[in-house]
Amino acid sequence: MISALLVMAGIAIVLGAVLGFAAIKFRVEGNPLVDKIDAVLPQTQCGQCGFPGCKPYATAIAAEEADINCCPPGGEEGIRKLAELLNKEFKPFGDNAKPKPKAVAYIDENTCIGCTLCIQACPVDAIVGAAKQMHTIIAADCTGCELCLAPCPVDCIAMNPIEETLSVWKWKYPVYALSPTP
Amino acid sequence: MTQLYHFHGGVHPPTHKALSVRSPIATPPLPSKLVIPFHQHVGSMAKPLVQAGDYVFKGQLIGMPEDGLSSAIHASTSGTIAEIGMQVVAHASGLPDLCATLIPDGKEAWVVREQRNPITLPIDEIRHILRLAGIVGLGGAVFPSDAKLRGGKHHVRTIVLNGAECEPYITCDDMLMRQRARDIVRGGDIIRRVLGADEVLIGIEDNKPQAIAMMQEACVDRSSMRVIAVPTLYPGGGAKQLIRVLTGIEVAAGVRSTDKGVQCFNVATAYSIYRAVAFSEPLLSRIVTVTGNVHKPQNFEVLIGTPVDELVAWAGGKPDTTHHIMGGPMMGVPLPNDQVSVVKACNCIIAASDALFPPAPPAMPCIRCTRCAEVCPQELQPQDLYWFAKSKNFGKAQEFHLFDCIECGACSYVCPSHIPLVQYYRFAKSEIWARDNDKKAADQARERHEFREYRIEREKQEKADKLAAKEKAALAAKPAASDDAQQKIQAALAVAKQQAVTPKNVSDLTPQQQAEIADIEARRANNQARAQSDAGT
Repeated sequence: MISALLVMAGIAIVLGAVLGFAAIKFRVEGNPLVDKIDAVLPQTQCGQCGFPGCKPYATAIAAEEADINCCPPGGEEGIRKLAELLNKEFKPFGDNAKPKPKAVAYIDENTCIGCTLCIQACPVDAIVGAAKQMHTIIAADCTGCELCLAPCPVDCIAMNPIEETLSVWKWKYPVYALSPTP
Repeated sequence: MTQLYHFHGGVHPPTHKALSVRSPIATPPLPSKLVIPFHQHVGSMAKPLVQAGDYVFKGQLIGMPEDGLSSAIHASTSGTIAEIGMQVVAHASGLPDLCATLIPDGKEAWVVREQRNPITLPIDEIRHILRLAGIVGLGGAVFPSDAKLRGGKHHVRTIVLNGAECEPYITCDDMLMRQRARDIVRGGDIIRRVLGADEVLIGIEDNKPQAIAMMQEACVDRSSMRVIAVPTLYPGGGAKQLIRVLTGIEVAAGVRSTDKGVQCFNVATAYSIYRAVAFSEPLLSRIVTVTGNVHKPQNFEVLIGTPVDELVAWAGGKPDTTHHIMGGPMMGVPLPNDQVSVVKACNCIIAASDALFPPAPPAMPCIRCTRCAEVCPQELQPQDLYWFAKSKNFGKAQEFHLFDCIECGACSYVCPSHIPLVQYYRFAKSEIWARDNDKKAADQARERHEFREYRIEREKQEKADKLAAKEKAALAAKPAASDDAQQKIQAALAVAKQQAVTPKNVSDLTPQQQAEIADIEARRANNQARAQSDAGT
């Protein structure tokens, strides 16, 4: 009787030690779910979700503190991907969060006074310039977050929607009649 | 007799080639204007070198190739540049692109040309010449030829010259081989020399006996060059298919034919390579088949930039033409309008009418008959790809090798439900490319944002460190300062002691005052003694 108990207790201790060791040795740094959610988000860092960037929003979603339909730049497809990832129901956008066409900021260089406020606001360092020097947008790096619009004291920044050019043109989804139209 | 191999599938659409081979290649008069796009090739757009109002000579470089994969653009004839601006180009999208509009002066005044000997020219110089001559693959892919001739890690043993021309209606390569076989063969010599290949195989479909005869005659004195008639089967002119038929080599997914020691060039490219190297003639014109709903279907040597409506008018376009197709009926794309210009990729213009190309019957649902899979030359499963593309399940489509699809249209051709399958594949491909680009942009934005956060944090830390260092320095300086003050106080005290001032009202006293002081002192002592004795009792 006693020996059986001892054997079982011994096994429990050994297994416990192995598990404890594994928990320390193979510890996962950070929350892998946050990274997975972050990979789905469009990385505009625009803060339209109410969080100061995509990573904080991903962290909030992972902690179930935020809904999955708060990211307008991600579009409905973004919501769909998040729903699939998190095994949740698809949720349409609320009334105050509607996706807009993709745009790139443009600084009117005649009006710019070189105050550097937009440079400080840009989350991806896509504006170059210096104090009392004209600023300009690096269009290739601009995510269209609109965070530079508010701080500009002379309202010289405009959002230009990205036009369809040959380099970004896509074949359209085929639309045709399934049966003869009368 | 060489042993030939087979590729999977293939179809036999009616060829309609006899229409346009009845008369030789014609040279049309100069058009009223030439619209020359700056981006006619794979790679980056050529940089414009001219401005509106400039006079240019025939063959003058007007678009400089950018670094990397790019090609040059030339003025197709002499005249004045009227405009550099955005114009609709010959592309399925119907979108505008940067073009130069050239008004010909009719003089055809050439730039200075020189004759060179392609046998003695250094190989590097040949590549440089081809790059600046704007030579690109004329089979339709418009890949810059100088990049193809750069070779790779693998030694190219076999050059395949592609004269198969499998697509219905098109006869431009056929006529070129009939009339200019010698120059094509000389172009093949140059390619062979640059790549150091052992043999050149010229594959021609057996429905072009005259072209085969002319080519055989042209290369009769070359032991390393052979003309091989291949069976007529669409799409036997696809690079991978022709390589398979001629050499038996299967070029797998994601592998280039050069890795297998084979490189494929179109016969028209070989011809242009020879003209560019030997006579410094840049790619100013190409042979274009004008056929379909026209009175005189024919091949023309067309200047790059010629408007399609003028070209079709020379062939006698019929009034009931509804639209024009660039390329063949299987793989071609409908042109957005008649005013677009002929580009380097344009091998054929088909005037389409409802009688010639009746509108496709309505598409029915897929019944999974797998006839598409039977004819697919790439051995794909088109019915599955269709399903995945339709449901936008792009990951799965890629798993089923969507990107191996050469968009030949054999599957759509045999589909009993008349489903526009290739349109689905094109849609899925461009959607996947767009997503890849979006993903790359997002990754870059993430990286930039994270670096910014890190930089702000670092600056904060640096500021804090600086402040801390300053405080520390101040603290270190303080004890010394307080010591100094203490010393001053001590010194002052010492001076005060030394001076040892006695109160002024105790010196020079009169005896009476002294007596009064003694009296007061005695009384004080007395009082103190009394108080002590009181406390004692």
